[in-house]
Amino acid sequence: MKRALPIFWLLVLFTLPVWLRDPYFLHITIITAIFIIAAMSLNLLLGYTGQLSLGHVAFFGIGAYASALTSLGFDIELPGGLHIVHAPWPAIAGFPVGIVVAGLCGYMIGKLSFKVRGAYFVIVTISFAEVMRLVALNWVDLTQGPLALNNIPPYSIWLPGIGEYEIWSKVVFFYVVAAVGVACYLIIQRLVQSRIGRAMVALKDNESLAISVGIDVTRYLVLAAVMSAAMAGAAGSLYAHYVKIIDPEIFLFIYTVTMVIMVITGGKGTLAGPIVGGVIFGFLPVVVRSYVAPAVQWMIYGALMIVIVFLLPRGIVPAIEQYFLNRKQADRPPDVAVLADLDAPKS
Amino acid sequence: MMPPAETILSVENVAVHFGGLVAISDMTFSVSRGEIVALIGPNGAGKTTAFNVITGFLKATSGEVRYRTAVLNGLKPHEISRLGLVRTFQRTSVFQENSVFHNVMIGLHTRGRSKLWDTLLGTSRERESERELVNAALEILKFVGLEHRTTTLAANLAYGEQRLLGVALALAAKPSMLLLDEPVSGMNATETARFVKLVEKIRDAGTTILLVEHDMQMVMKVSDRVVVLNYGRIIAEGAPGQIQNNPEVIRAYLGQRKKRA
Ligand SMILES: Nc1ncnc2c1ncn2[C@@H]1O[C@H](COP(=O)(O)OP(=O)(O)O)[C@@H](O)[C@H]1O
Ligand SMILES: [Mg+2]
Repeated sequence: MKRALPIFWLLVLFTLPVWLRDPYFLHITIITAIFIIAAMSLNLLLGYTGQLSLGHVAFFGIGAYASALTSLGFDIELPGGLHIVHAPWPAIAGFPVGIVVAGLCGYMIGKLSFKVRGAYFVIVTISFAEVMRLVALNWVDLTQGPLALNNIPPYSIWLPGIGEYEIWSKVVFFYVVAAVGVACYLIIQRLVQSRIGRAMVALKDNESLAISVGIDVTRYLVLAAVMSAAMAGAAGSLYAHYVKIIDPEIFLFIYTVTMVIMVITGGKGTLAGPIVGGVIFGFLPVVVRSYVAPAVQWMIYGALMIVIVFLLPRGIVPAIEQYFLNRKQADRPPDVAVLADLDAPKS
Repeated sequence: MMPPAETILSVENVAVHFGGLVAISDMTFSVSRGEIVALIGPNGAGKTTAFNVITGFLKATSGEVRYRTAVLNGLKPHEISRLGLVRTFQRTSVFQENSVFHNVMIGLHTRGRSKLWDTLLGTSRERESERELVNAALEILKFVGLEHRTTTLAANLAYGEQRLLGVALALAAKPSMLLLDEPVSGMNATETARFVKLVEKIRDAGTTILLVEHDMQMVMKVSDRVVVLNYGRIIAEGAPGQIQNNPEVIRAYLGQRKKRA
């Protein structure tokens, strides 16, 4: 039973293109999946360490720009007469570069702001995203500013027998996104179910107590920030090489809000939460769009969010878990059931 | 009396000022290996502040704290904890949102052997380390008598049990010296009696104990030595019998009672 469920969901995920014949729906699925990866990365910070990054889109955008520029090349003059020319690299190289650059920014932000926690962290992250947007807008030599980076090449992979294969096909790209998503999910799962995850949860629950048992909380906050930013950067790279055009609007606050809504409604601090929230709020606008005017569409979006948060303050996934736990406890004594889980080595 | 033992904790001329308020004016005392020392004094005397300074949660305005060979001034609290000097908190302090078992697993953090890569790759070292921690956690829960509460959410424990869990957490961090801040406050007589047994069991297992407590009966029963603090100053020090009859100590406590009335 326990093994069957993940396999079932994996099957659903990897057969999705078969069900989704409509290229438009496939497109929406890909965009939604990319945002789900970003939401999962946000959840690592928000759900497990309790730090609200309201500028999370910065890491997404940095990953996108770093990846796009790696594959497009650039030619800039820095103050002091420094002239930097970067010849275009294969597009696939942009992916690790996006991850690393975003991860480094996460490290910086983590080091900078975790000294001043809470509200300061929120402010620092918001400002960081806004600064990034202004940089993208004004550093025209590098980013083309409002003219956007165009013609971002698709990822290309080398396949034995075929040679160089450029991923233009939506179906193939869907599988790339799905693979990255599954990888991120597994990384987060391993992290949060280990002593690293316990340290993160501990500092969220009771920081002084965590410190008193020898946990170096700063270390784990920075680790969470780096991992989270790197995954958001991976999502950004996917986005850039999928839509093939990015402009400074990628840093808009509304995207962070979308990620936060996905995490909160689905259930922060749960592995499946961002996915459930992401599916709902990724597809909702599209489903609703065919029936109502755009203004009404956003109102429905907001209303649904409020209803979910009001009815299920901890989110959808914890509510479902609680429901099944209650049913299970009605059947058998609770301690036996849960201790059986404890004895099994965690994977 | 016990033979003179090796000093492991020494607090020398420590002062702590909060702006104009002097919480500790000049405090000097030491604890030897294997002792149970009680730090007593009226409310606001500076006992918790002393704990905070010793464990690095507060910076001393002046003076020095040494544990074994290390000078603790300037060390971060988690570093001091890793030296084996572990404290509990006066207010009940557990990881509310976690189960009892999970609480102790968190407390065992520094005993884990797995590195980041082990965790990400799910190596055998990761699995072995986790299994060791699970066994250690169950052992500690049995030791403090909470094994029947393993899956209970910490927030749902009875008050006395939460205090026990606080001690279990501290024990998980493998202390060579344990600092307990009013551990039996709010416990009934039966619970207190059981707690005294636990404290003695911890000491017999080789852990030195520094105890802040208001329950005088308990203090007199468990401690080898008592240090009395009043208005941030040590006013008496000695065996429990001596302290009970010390006129200055009696005056300090009478004054306190008058103020409260
Ligand atoms: N963080 C702090 N800031 C300002 N004053 C404090 C702080 N902590 C304690 N104090 C003051 O220091 C004095 C000693 O407090 P405390 O050490 O908690 O006493 P005790 O634990 O002996 O009851 C009290 O007057 C208290 O108000
Ligand atoms: Mg106190």
